[in-house]
Amino acid sequence: MNSRYATWLLMLPGLLWLGLLLVVPCLLVFALIFFERGIYGGIDWQAPTFENVTRAFDPLYLAIFLDSGIIAGIATLIALLVGYPAAYAIAKSPASRQTALLFLAILPFWTNYLIRTYAWIVLLNPVGLINSLLMGLGLRSQPLALLYNKPAVVLGLVYSYTPFVILAIYSALQRLDPSYGEASRDLGASAFQTFLRITLPLTAPGVAAGGVFVFVLSIGNFVTPDLLGGGKFQMVGNLIYDQFLSARDWPFGAALSALLIGLMMLLLFAQAIASLRARGDHARA
Amino acid sequence: MKFKPLLSLAAAALMFTAGWSPAFAEKLVISNWDGYMPKDMAEKFKAATGIDLEIAVHATNEEIMGKVTASGGEGYDVLFVSSPFAEALNNLGLLAPIDHAKIPNLANLYPEANELKHDPGNAFSVPYTWGTTGLCYRSDLVKSAPTSWNDLLTPADDLKGKITMLSTDRWLMAAGFLADGLSVNTTDQADLDKVRDQLISAKRNLLAYDDTTFYSKLVSGEALMVQAWDGWCNYGITDQPQIKYVIPKEGSDLWADTMVITKASKNPEAAAKFIDFVLNADNGKWVVENIMYKSPNKAGMEAVDKSLFEKYPNMAITPAELLKYEQLRDLGNGMKAFSKTVSEVMAAK
Repeated sequence: MNSRYATWLLMLPGLLWLGLLLVVPCLLVFALIFFERGIYGGIDWQAPTFENVTRAFDPLYLAIFLDSGIIAGIATLIALLVGYPAAYAIAKSPASRQTALLFLAILPFWTNYLIRTYAWIVLLNPVGLINSLLMGLGLRSQPLALLYNKPAVVLGLVYSYTPFVILAIYSALQRLDPSYGEASRDLGASAFQTFLRITLPLTAPGVAAGGVFVFVLSIGNFVTPDLLGGGKFQMVGNLIYDQFLSARDWPFGAALSALLIGLMMLLLFAQAIASLRARGDHARA
Repeated sequence: MKFKPLLSLAAAALMFTAGWSPAFAEKLVISNWDGYMPKDMAEKFKAATGIDLEIAVHATNEEIMGKVTASGGEGYDVLFVSSPFAEALNNLGLLAPIDHAKIPNLANLYPEANELKHDPGNAFSVPYTWGTTGLCYRSDLVKSAPTSWNDLLTPADDLKGKITMLSTDRWLMAAGFLADGLSVNTTDQADLDKVRDQLISAKRNLLAYDDTTFYSKLVSGEALMVQAWDGWCNYGITDQPQIKYVIPKEGSDLWADTMVITKASKNPEAAAKFIDFVLNADNGKWVVENIMYKSPNKAGMEAVDKSLFEKYPNMAITPAELLKYEQLRDLGNGMKAFSKTVSEVMAAK
């Protein structure tokens, strides 16, 4: 009995935090969906409507969702391809060095996100460091278009979120019992076969967790498309931001937010199922 | 050591009474853009009137608008906002009328400053700065100087990829409306569609949409021509004298940033005193010399050293000239169609 009370008591601050600062505000936002923007902004509480929901499914906005999904998807894929080998290398390095390497991986977070993004602008802009160097060495006569395009947005997202992938996969690799690998090799599998058939499947939950992290953070990001994309590519985050602030259409902004949250919930749900299944297989194995 | 808790309790009690009983000292809360008035404003105002000034900062009109509409204006006495936002706040019933009898320094304003279309006679807002939106360009690097909004929308070959447009939706669309000789406040679907198509084709030649660092892109040479507010072009001219500003032949909008008093203000008397203080010649002069915007404050403009107007010619645009241009107005119910059009431009490839 006592321990059950203790569990609830320990969870209380966390539950209150989530309840007051996440659940309640989300419910408030959802409530807005069914009302009309007032003539001068604000909310017209007199006229309940479904218009915002149907408007959110307008092909124009769905196309923006799809485009953001593609950008976030590409960023996720690249972050995984960069992050997995890095996490693997850290996990395989001597224990004494692992802490230092992990520390290096999360070091960028010690600097403000905006400053790091502006640093990329300094590097990539048409008269920036890289282009000045290329033109100074006579390798290019015209500057390369490195900034204010989609690849620059993807680069910014990958750069910002890869550390999450490294951490997630590293912790999955840590949990991996080394005896599985040894058994596999004893039975004659090559290192590559062992990786493909033992290591990778068993660390899949870490890959999924890291991937979902990058995807969710990327699709809602509105700063990077603005700064590195030069505002020329609208992602869902920008669209929602503009509805709340520029258009002062809170109900429609709320409808778009709900759609985004719904999609993300589905994704997280799928990831949870996948990781449960992987663990189940693991237990049976 | 033993006294410490007692002492801090006493201190807390003192702070409590000082902070929570307005009877002891008058206090005023204002919100302004960062750096948009003298840094020592609070000290000077306190010295002149004995009223404490608490200064909050907002980054954009939209931000303060969101705060004020959510709280009904509670917690703020005076706000600095652009005219379409002053108009919307007034329409929402959140503003107090300006009592002209309590603000004698209104006499410092140009007569034209009483004729702004969003609020003729300054019934609920008092103009603080005003100006135009046009083209800011590197006269040393462009082959021919721009004269028309079409030079921005369908640029010459040497300018392609070296142009920025303002990302704030109303001004972005205004470039198209002005090019076509339309009202900058139209929400007629045919007008919106026409300008949408123009802006989508213009987008292909843009370096970026930018309303915060465009002048530094001009200084570095990243951009050769940018859509700019006149005062911001002056920041570029300070660093690179070859930068020039032109109002295209089709005209400009007239923008005005204003001061308003909230209806929720507990202390409208002190709020009026603050506006009166801001309108003195010294503060008017500070605005012109430091923000490099034109001021509707005649006394302030006349106090400025005339050489400034030679270096920054757009500062010499007269109030009569300004009034020829149409102001951006709140779009009301037209905002939905407008913002959908902006999304269409933004989503276009």
